[in-house]
Amino acid sequence: MDILKKSFKKSIWVFHLSTAACNNCDIEVLELLTPRYDVERFGIKLVGSPRHADALLVCGSVNAHAKPRLLEVYRQTPKPCLVVAFGSCGCSSGIFRDSYSIVGPVDKVLKEEDPDAKIVYIPGCPPKPEAMIEGIIKGLEAI
Amino acid sequence: MRLFIYYFVFPGFIFASVVGLLTVWLDRKVSARIQWRYGPPWYQGFADIGKLLYKEVIIPEEAFGSGFMAAPLFGLASVTLAVTILCVSFFGMSEGFIGDIIVVWYLFAIPAIALIYIGSTSGNPLSSVGVSREIKLLLSYDLPMIIVIVMIASKAGSFSIRAVMEWQRINGSNISSWYGIIAFAVAIFCIQAKLGRVPFDLPEAETELGSGILMELSGGVLAAYELSKAIMLFGLPIFLIILFWGKGIIGGVLMYLLIVVLLILIKNTNPRVRIDHAMKYFWGWMSGAAILAGILAYFGV
Repeated sequence: MDILKKSFKKSIWVFHLSTAACNNCDIEVLELLTPRYDVERFGIKLVGSPRHADALLVCGSVNAHAKPRLLEVYRQTPKPCLVVAFGSCGCSSGIFRDSYSIVGPVDKVLKEEDPDAKIVYIPGCPPKPEAMIEGIIKGLEAI
Repeated sequence: MRLFIYYFVFPGFIFASVVGLLTVWLDRKVSARIQWRYGPPWYQGFADIGKLLYKEVIIPEEAFGSGFMAAPLFGLASVTLAVTILCVSFFGMSEGFIGDIIVVWYLFAIPAIALIYIGSTSGNPLSSVGVSREIKLLLSYDLPMIIVIVMIASKAGSFSIRAVMEWQRINGSNISSWYGIIAFAVAIFCIQAKLGRVPFDLPEAETELGSGILMELSGGVLAAYELSKAIMLFGLPIFLIILFWGKGIIGGVLMYLLIVVLLILIKNTNPRVRIDHAMKYFWGWMSGAAILAGILAYFGV
């Protein structure tokens, strides 16, 4: 069992989910797959279906429209899974915090569904690629 | 007992999955180097399988549960059997039986059929699009490959792996003649489609259908599928080596690396084709080339 747990840290498949983001973080994520940062050397890759995912990369301040979708995708992801609240908006709803349509940052929405959800915060607008790599690695140590 | 060891240890399940997962790593590493990236470490394939086994398995509400769980295992078992039959004959551990080439080719088709079953039982609309594509792809690449197999078997005068290898040992490898080169090109593309790799990855088109036919697979079920794909990546090049090269272990290893690198290069230099293009390609150009190779073989060129 221990070796299986260890291999979990060496192979993280990420599902990228955009919940009312301004698209800036979404563009920045792609940088991780380029030759300069190449996260595949850590075994991290992007997958197309939440069923395959080990980490949900959630960008954006969650609005009322996106909330049920976020919860649905979280339920669809096999556990254990890591949730990455990505960018200033993901961590705290950012400058949109007081807007009428915003129902809260990622952690507040997810804790309603699953109080034990494992959430990593990567602040920045958008975060630097180095910060993203470091955030995910720290999150893995916490699991 | 001997059959048990053949099937589970060498050259069956354990050997084939280790070599297959190392080939998966080679595939990802070479692809990464082609794109000027560093690429994953050598144990990546093993880590992926271990991780998937550690994860929870989710069975969709609409799915037929036990069938959903069992189908990838059927695929895995039949691929392992196919590889065992191939390798036992290739390493000279057994005489094989008449018609084992046909048996092996259809055992390799069972993972695709299992996948069709899973995709259609999972109740996901995107999966069902993937299923329809997988069925069409299965029908299209089978025709040219069967023509090639029949051609080579009739050249050797028998549908047995040993006889094909023996014939090539006496008369020279198939690939050293014109018909062999054409048939080899056809077979490489058929294998690419059978492995579901770019440019023929339409059933699981990741950006378009969100993994399509595999969409609802998770945890151990996905691990079984990934493992059977890794074993196929080991078994299908061996199949080609037997059909076209047929001699010696050392030459076989070099030939294996050559075929794998060819598959990787095809994968990295082509975009995904549409399903109608794929069918036109296999039923038109590839079948035509296979028939041309058959005519050349008849005249002994």
